Amino acid sequence: MLSFRTLRDVDWTLLILTLILSGIGVLQIYSATQSTGDADRWWKQVIYIFAGLIVFYLVSQVDYHTLVGQAPLMYIIFGGILVFLLVLSRVVLGAKRWISLGAGFKLQPSEFMKLILILFVARYISELKTDSMRLRDLLKLCGIVLVPFVLVGLQPDLGTALCYLPILAVGILLAGLTRQQAMSILIILLFIVPTGWFALKDYQKARITSFMDPTSDPQGSGYQVMQSKIAVGSGGMWGLGVTRGMQIQLRFLPFAHTDFIFAAFAEEHGFVGVVTVLGLYFLLLMQILQNAQTAPDRAGTAICMGVGALMLFHVLENAGMVAGLMPVAGIPLPLMSYGGSSILSFFLMLGLVNNVRLRRFLQ
Amino acid sequence: MRFLRDESKFAQGKIAFLQYLSVGIFLFIVGGYWNLQIRNEEIYSLKAERNRIKALPIPAPRGKILDRDKRVIVDNQSSFSVLLSLETLKDEHLRPIVDGLDLDYEEVLVLIKNSRSRPKYLPITLKKELTPAEIAFVESHRDPETYPELELIHTERRVYPANGFAAHLIGYIGEVSEAELNLADFAKYQQGDLVGKTGIERQYNDHLTGEDGQRQVLVDNKGNERRVLGLKKAVPGKSIELTLDLDVQTVMELAMEGRRGGAVALDPRNGEVLAMVSKPGFDLTKLSSRERTKEWKEIFSNPEKPLLNRAIQAQLAPGSTFKPIVALAALESGEITNETSFSCGGGLNFYGRYFHCHNKKGHGATSLKRALAQSCDVYFYNVGNKIGIDQISKYAEIAGFGAKTGIDLPSEAEGTLPSSKWKIRALREKWYGGDTISVAIGQGYLTVTPIQLAHAIGGIVIGGIWHTPHLLKGDAPAKPARKADLDLEHVRLVTDGMCEVVNGAGTASGSRIPGIEMCGKTGTAQTASNEYQKAKNIRLKDNAWFIAFAPRANPEIAVAVLFEEGEHGPMAGTIARDIVKAYFDKKTRKELSQTQPSTVTASLPVAPNGAAN
Repeated sequence: MLSFRTLRDVDWTLLILTLILSGIGVLQIYSATQSTGDADRWWKQVIYIFAGLIVFYLVSQVDYHTLVGQAPLMYIIFGGILVFLLVLSRVVLGAKRWISLGAGFKLQPSEFMKLILILFVARYISELKTDSMRLRDLLKLCGIVLVPFVLVGLQPDLGTALCYLPILAVGILLAGLTRQQAMSILIILLFIVPTGWFALKDYQKARITSFMDPTSDPQGSGYQVMQSKIAVGSGGMWGLGVTRGMQIQLRFLPFAHTDFIFAAFAEEHGFVGVVTVLGLYFLLLMQILQNAQTAPDRAGTAICMGVGALMLFHVLENAGMVAGLMPVAGIPLPLMSYGGSSILSFFLMLGLVNNVRLRRFLQ
Repeated sequence: MRFLRDESKFAQGKIAFLQYLSVGIFLFIVGGYWNLQIRNEEIYSLKAERNRIKALPIPAPRGKILDRDKRVIVDNQSSFSVLLSLETLKDEHLRPIVDGLDLDYEEVLVLIKNSRSRPKYLPITLKKELTPAEIAFVESHRDPETYPELELIHTERRVYPANGFAAHLIGYIGEVSEAELNLADFAKYQQGDLVGKTGIERQYNDHLTGEDGQRQVLVDNKGNERRVLGLKKAVPGKSIELTLDLDVQTVMELAMEGRRGGAVALDPRNGEVLAMVSKPGFDLTKLSSRERTKEWKEIFSNPEKPLLNRAIQAQLAPGSTFKPIVALAALESGEITNETSFSCGGGLNFYGRYFHCHNKKGHGATSLKRALAQSCDVYFYNVGNKIGIDQISKYAEIAGFGAKTGIDLPSEAEGTLPSSKWKIRALREKWYGGDTISVAIGQGYLTVTPIQLAHAIGGIVIGGIWHTPHLLKGDAPAKPARKADLDLEHVRLVTDGMCEVVNGAGTASGSRIPGIEMCGKTGTAQTASNEYQKAKNIRLKDNAWFIAFAPRANPEIAVAVLFEEGEHGPMAGTIARDIVKAYFDKKTRKELSQTQPSTVTASLPVAPNGAAN
């Protein structure tokens, strides 16, 4: 029924912004890895981006209503995979958090769980009849998100698990809370989060931050953040130039092409580059929210809002972590950080947004 | 399934909320980057530089110390030191590092605390002169995974002659102390630098100390050197040549071995010190280390005071070795002539007190020559009584007593030259005639150092020119020579008397050297007055002294020997004899080798440079 779409209907703003950011990412990966054993990473990333474009096209072809309809099934399948991985990791020593697809490509089911949650929450929102939830509905919504949150958190991959929370937040925001419910949630959060954090000793805090992603933290998260801040700070206004970042080239900056790619970018391109890239992300985000406004129904709005919130959370946490504004967590920078799963999952999400846009005038 | 679509405006407010939130978050992030990249760029650029630029010191070797024939006395040997970078030091690494290098944990903590004032990126020297096992420990642990804060550097270690050979003269080196850092001499040094503490090492420290170099390298996060950014070569310290003669020094060391005292030999014609010994000695190798070892503490707390350089620091009564000076004073002041004679009956009363002669039987009628040869006390009691303290003091001052000779060694002692003015000033007491009687035979308030004696007698016998004693060869000493108009006839009379001591019927006829006219004077000095010894009911052993010069005409060498508790002057005489003989033996060898070049190798003495390690 929706098989024919002209190219003109594609959300070109969204796609072009996406490709610019991906391109900057490829350049930065090249610059950060050119003198290391990982010098092939930049063209691998190009392959991932092409794969992403195909996924973007494919996901645009299927009506998002169909996808929303299939959300519970996908949720159960991927939820099962997560349970299976978790059990496997307990039984078989050294089991990983991804499924190998052969030829060096690996699939991280927790990445795709983000997308499924967005769809599931969208379905849930559109099924609600009222503007405000009853407590039972609220608990049900929380349950949908918190089950995979716990499964992934136990892997342990708290970084990815944390990414599910903005989706939950968007769900609650859209479902609408009564003033009373909002107040009580706010009060509970206000009490638990700060007291929980400040009651901890410094070393416990460090443990928590390193717990979020132990593999990314071999020399202590403090060292990483220090080196990252040095890289960012020494970039200055204009940066040191492509392939001239000393922190990168002498490898003081850890994970310069993955989680800390933005520090590498900041060192080589300075404040001007940082503001430019953040500006591009901001435009991308506004375009996504624009689509949320023009969406034909609740499900479409919820999808765009979910993707937007997730993107915002990623940028906040990653760019914040790199500058020492946020605690260290293994959360990649959308579209720029090296990694197939991350690239594919963001292209999928943006494809969904495009999908919603394509169908804004229908029916 | 059914989708609601009749409420396109249902989420407008909520979308707007997310938009505002985005704006807020982006402003927050941009603010954070502004803070790092614009406001604090310099701080982070500096930190980045500290990350990647490492400055490694290249220690400069200290200059060598050579004798007058350019034979090596003090040398350097390569060794390794381990540095500790405080910047990257992880607290939990310190304990295993300290254990691995066999150091004291508390001491290392103090060391780290003391270097707080220095820039943090400068590493501190943890241990010097590593053993092969310690080098292996550092080499195998300095990789980035274990203790990246360790750094191994090459240094030069000082090698001294063994068995305390010339130890006092050379002096030891040590880490510059807090107190020394405040002195002008040490202004250019930093905590942890090694400087000379005593002797030549201290005196010519600036000359011997080189200038440390530095290597600046670009390192990556593993500490691998990527590129050398800058290299400042170390400038080695300059070597110095001493006037010391290792052959004479060796003989003097051997002659003084097992005794307590000091000896010095110098060339009166120019003030060059040929040999200088103080016993008991100490092992320089044990002192010139950074750690305060047990041995170090032992040397410092030894009641025999081995660190005292007795040749220039022992201030003792010279006894009869002072008589030639009294004789000269009497002749110069015109109170006596060669014909003047006094009768010695074994003692004499002065000012209501009986003064013994060392010969209880008495010397009978005694002339100047005989009085010097036999060391007649009564003769000099009379002479002293006749000319008075201030005449003695005047000529003794001309000969250099009561003041530093000006030798180029630190901490020389002055001794005490009494006079009537001195007594009033120092003791607030009138000078009594009886005081003069004691001083006339080199007792009483008078104290001298061995170098003063050698300096004084050398200056007299070459006709009244006192060249400042010095150890540095070449440059003229800072203090110019003093001259006095002495009547050469008087000098000849004193010389004749001293010649008789050894070569005639004198007190040191046992020290005669065939073929060399050595002149001398014995001295047996009490260390406390008879009254004091009686009151305390103790018997203190006398110090033996001997002064000598040779040959009789145109003297080339002057010697002073102090043999503490040697009891009899002649005991010191044999020591002086050996020294003088060694000097002339060498001279003869040299002359022979110049006329017969084929014997050069055979006659070359072996340098006693005990670099025994």
